[in-house]
Amino acid sequence: MTEFDAASAAVQAALDAGARYADARVMHRRYESMSARNGEIEELTQDESIGLGVRALVGSSWGFHAVPDLSDAAARDAGWRAARIAAASARVPGPPIDLVPTEATTASWASGCEVDPLGVPLSDKGDLLVRATGTMREHGADLAEGLYQIWDTAKWFVSSEGHRIDQRIRECGGGISATAIGDGETQRRSYPSYRGQYGTTGWELVTSLDLAAHAARIAEESRELLTAPECPSGETDLILGGEQLALQIHESVGHAIELDRILGWEAAFAGTSWLDLAQLGSLRYGSELMNVTIDPTIPGALGSFGFDDEGSPAVARDAVREGRWVGVLAGRDSAAVAGLDYGGSVRADGWARLPMVRMTNVGLEPGPHTLDEIVAATDDGVLMDVNRSWSIDDKRLNFQFGCEIGWEVKKGRRGRMLRNPTYTGIGPLFWRSMDMLSSEIVPWGTPNCGKGQPGQTGHTGHPAAPARFRNVRVGVRA
Amino acid sequence: MTELEIAGQVVELVRRLAGPDAQAEALVTRIDLALTRFANSFIHQNVAESGVAVRLRLHADGRTAAGSGSLVGADGLRALVERTLAAARLCPPDPAWPGLAPPAPVPPSAVFDESTALAEPDERAARVRAFVDAVGGLEAAGYCRTAYRSGAFANSAGHSAVGRTAEAAMDGIARAGGADGVARLCADRLADLDGAALGARAAAKARAAADPVELPPGRYEVVLEPAAVGDLLQNLSWYGFNGKRYNERQSFADLGAAQFDPSVTLVDDPLHGSALPYDLEGSPRRALTLVDAGTTMAVAHDRRSGAEVGVASTGHGMLGASTFGPIPRNLRLLPAAARAVGGDGPASAVEAGQSGAGGDASTSAGGTGAVADPDTAALVAGVERGLLVSDFWYTRVLDPKSLVITGLTRNGVWLVEDGVPTRAVRDFRFTEAYPRALGPGALLGVGRRAVRQPDRMDGVWWEAPPLRLAAWNFTGGASG
Repeated sequence: MTEFDAASAAVQAALDAGARYADARVMHRRYESMSARNGEIEELTQDESIGLGVRALVGSSWGFHAVPDLSDAAARDAGWRAARIAAASARVPGPPIDLVPTEATTASWASGCEVDPLGVPLSDKGDLLVRATGTMREHGADLAEGLYQIWDTAKWFVSSEGHRIDQRIRECGGGISATAIGDGETQRRSYPSYRGQYGTTGWELVTSLDLAAHAARIAEESRELLTAPECPSGETDLILGGEQLALQIHESVGHAIELDRILGWEAAFAGTSWLDLAQLGSLRYGSELMNVTIDPTIPGALGSFGFDDEGSPAVARDAVREGRWVGVLAGRDSAAVAGLDYGGSVRADGWARLPMVRMTNVGLEPGPHTLDEIVAATDDGVLMDVNRSWSIDDKRLNFQFGCEIGWEVKKGRRGRMLRNPTYTGIGPLFWRSMDMLSSEIVPWGTPNCGKGQPGQTGHTGHPAAPARFRNVRVGVRA
Repeated sequence: MTELEIAGQVVELVRRLAGPDAQAEALVTRIDLALTRFANSFIHQNVAESGVAVRLRLHADGRTAAGSGSLVGADGLRALVERTLAAARLCPPDPAWPGLAPPAPVPPSAVFDESTALAEPDERAARVRAFVDAVGGLEAAGYCRTAYRSGAFANSAGHSAVGRTAEAAMDGIARAGGADGVARLCADRLADLDGAALGARAAAKARAAADPVELPPGRYEVVLEPAAVGDLLQNLSWYGFNGKRYNERQSFADLGAAQFDPSVTLVDDPLHGSALPYDLEGSPRRALTLVDAGTTMAVAHDRRSGAEVGVASTGHGMLGASTFGPIPRNLRLLPAAARAVGGDGPASAVEAGQSGAGGDASTSAGGTGAVADPDTAALVAGVERGLLVSDFWYTRVLDPKSLVITGLTRNGVWLVEDGVPTRAVRDFRFTEAYPRALGPGALLGVGRRAVRQPDRMDGVWWEAPPLRLAAWNFTGGASG
């Protein structure tokens, strides 16, 4: 019984039970993570999981069932149960559901990978974290932490429309953090990001980060932050580093353009969106420098794939073009409800979870400047970098972010280090105030995007570069 | 094979492959999780999963590794043991290894409802139907969830444990022209979830939240409903009562100090509801008083964080504890009634004010349901000028040690004047130090009935009455 056989059996059983459409996905995922603290390995975890999830559409009602068993009997039972659950959904029916067409494809796809991350000896990976965290301790960190994570996922997808797609997606990344503990507060510095940098790529990404080379610097900065002046409160020009801007994109653009949110399907939990489909194509989202794409084809970025979990091929689209909102993240059913002709952004975080609208790589196209030019052009402002906290309302409008580190910018020069930098604003007003954007794009990876009930953790990519925003409120205090 | 047989087989495999000196612990959990989700007043997602997870942690030749998997056949278990052993051999020494949990009696689960464990999709759909019908034409959204876990633990020190747990939860909103009202409840029995009562409550609050006005930011006296208090409990647990963070001096907790108002008593009490009676390391779970009448008494420990400071595990071993730390996950803020004899029982749905729009009409905004239960009404009645807050959203830590948090209100805020909710108010952003907000002298009132709030994960819940606090720091309107 191959994985395709199991998926096909589940689909057929759902059809036999009354489904007018069904699809099934077998996923086999190996996961490995290691964390180090203060020069010692803290935890090594390896997980292997395989199972099958099947979706059934009965009339206009969905059902989903998942099992950790690929036997023919278990697969058929899962298909039958998915149809039965769909029938229960019909007790509280909604509007008619269609699916936008997608070509029934037979295909294989694999992400690029030069160095198999699971093939790198554990001792080498451990040495990397031990060395980096040891260096941070030597340079003043009270807590020195390092982490890597690896996901190696194989998927087999079958649909009642004739899809038969297998994919192999390898993802990995890591990072380090130094924490200095002061009287009543802590200060943290991370490289390249608190969660680390991640991509759909091999171990070459982690090697390229050269974690150990940055350990001393971030440890010293964490101590320096304890005595640095507090970020001033008020309105000023704000320059954001690329890592922080990536999260700004994620929270105030990526989630806002998720079609399921716009349609109200996430209203009770993740929330809705301030966007109104009636304004698609005309709404001024940001300044003319703002060009955001939805692009799951970027090699090595964390939100990349060959096909989404509905069998739609990866296609690059515009989300915002010259400041105008022009595209959404959609699935086949949500697109049909909205009268759009594309899906392509539906994924699940495992075999046991329902595929749902998810960010792929949602990010900025390069601007015309450099960070140095942006600083030089700023008379009075604050530069902030590396995310520390994030919070945004359920319509994705009102946000407040905290960064690990800030610097005064006076008369075109970077000045004093500032601690506890925070900024707050309203999404579209903030984006409309962007007047300088760097060309130094990095496809930042976010491996911890929470959404859905039951909860799912998505992997998303966000190409971003430093940028300047005018008249932003900074320095919010308790 | 039973879960205990599988766990025993894993431990025996380790003994065979690594020798009698290897220390091993195995945890096997089967789960049946089902969740019926609705939005725009129809069921749009309806899922169920059956799963099994085997987790092995072993310590051999002074080195430790953990592995897990979903394959429980002979080949799968052997592969799990072999790869975990291989990983351990490549790990550096673990001088802080705290050893295995010794044999100890594990209490039986306090509650287990078979019908909840075996609930069918139609039973969840029926509650959704009732909720949707009860909102009277408003839009409804939310979920009804049932979860069943059956598990076993075994280790090479001769300790073993078994348990099973079932839980039900419903969480929904009603939506009236951009204003939302919420009702949510976590219960040991699906039969205790009344979709119609929850829907009626959510609808009453949504209607009362219509046409909100914007108020200036600042410090306001507040009455927090149990849903909002649940957020306080969660963040206090994650960052304050976390033994690892305490050991690292990253927690506000100061054992023996009067850090909270004397009316605050916090107990992590997993067996107060349906729960597995042992933790990830096999340690028995039991009630742990974290704060007693305002004085911080304890933090949660697993075996490793406890050993670091010379104390025993408190039964808080959990996935992620070795990195993030052990956290309380069944935290109760005891209501005022619990201080009376016989007042410590779990509130029933009706007693907890889940009976719809009821409430006390004299304290409602024109009888529209801003105040949905007598317990909250009693607290609101004492407020000269302040805010009634239903729920918090997207709360994130600005500084973990002082536990300064930013977040937003959600699902309804009302201005209270002279004991009466007079206007619905637009959402606020706040920035507040949670320990300070509950500090000595900060609590002006504690409700008499606690309501159990579901978490995003089954098995985790927060139980609290409404609270009246002297001040809450609102730093901006959500509109700008």
